[in-house]
Amino acid sequence: MNPLPLPDRPDIYYIVAAFLLAIGIFGLLRRRTLIGMLISGELIFSAASLNLMAFNRFRAPDPAVGQIFVLFIMGLAAAEIAIALSIIIAVYRNYRSVKTRELSELNG
Amino acid sequence: MTSFPASQTILGAIFIVCVATTVVGALIAALTARIIRSVCGLAICCIGLAGLYYFLHSPFLALMEILIYVGAVCVTIVFAVMLAEPEEAVRDENRGTSYLWGGFALVVSAAIFWGLWHLGAMQDWTSPVIRVSDGSVAAIGKSLLTTYSMAFELISLALLVAIIGALAVARTGRTKP
Repeated sequence: MNPLPLPDRPDIYYIVAAFLLAIGIFGLLRRRTLIGMLISGELIFSAASLNLMAFNRFRAPDPAVGQIFVLFIMGLAAAEIAIALSIIIAVYRNYRSVKTRELSELNG
Repeated sequence: MTSFPASQTILGAIFIVCVATTVVGALIAALTARIIRSVCGLAICCIGLAGLYYFLHSPFLALMEILIYVGAVCVTIVFAVMLAEPEEAVRDENRGTSYLWGGFALVVSAAIFWGLWHLGAMQDWTSPVIRVSDGSVAAIGKSLLTTYSMAFELISLALLVAIIGALAVARTGRTKP
């Protein structure tokens, strides 16, 4: 039995982050609409953020660096969501569908 | 530190609740058929992640996680779902390819999970000898305006370009009234 209390054990955070990355990649491969793939991409972003925060808490000499990094990740994720959703809506106007199977021609 | 009886047990229970919320939310986000439930799963997962950030000594990021992900990202995705109506309920292709593709995705993600588990849990990572700062909100603010001021300005520029780009992309194709 590990003597440390549960929230102070770094391996739990690593495993949860690995699980988030794995389930995000699973959803990215399995989903058939653009919005579903976008949600899975957000899960992968969250996995990266959690991993950075865990390493920041337990392994980094300056605990402010990881927090700033994760803050930048959140800002870029918000920008990416805005751009991706506007592209999805433009695609929907052209094709009347956001299924990835049907988006198979350029300059539609 | 142990002024309250069984405080460590209560803390561990809250931590387990946070981890379970994150995991269950991610499972809902990836496995449900309807996209609106998937968005709700993402919101649940982000609430659990905010709890984990709090346990990682960063209440500021826990607040930001709820503010940005639950408050902005999930609501924006819900708007897009309402505008674009993606429904995955009907399966119009044959089941064999679907199951084959799902199995392939499962194998890939399980391999990644297994590898990262071993890398994270079995590796002997080194801990730092000294801590430069305490990681408080004041330290974050000082670092943002001194060391990382260039990145701070650049990300504001990126957000501005993203807003203008989103408006420009979503505007094309609209018919005039």
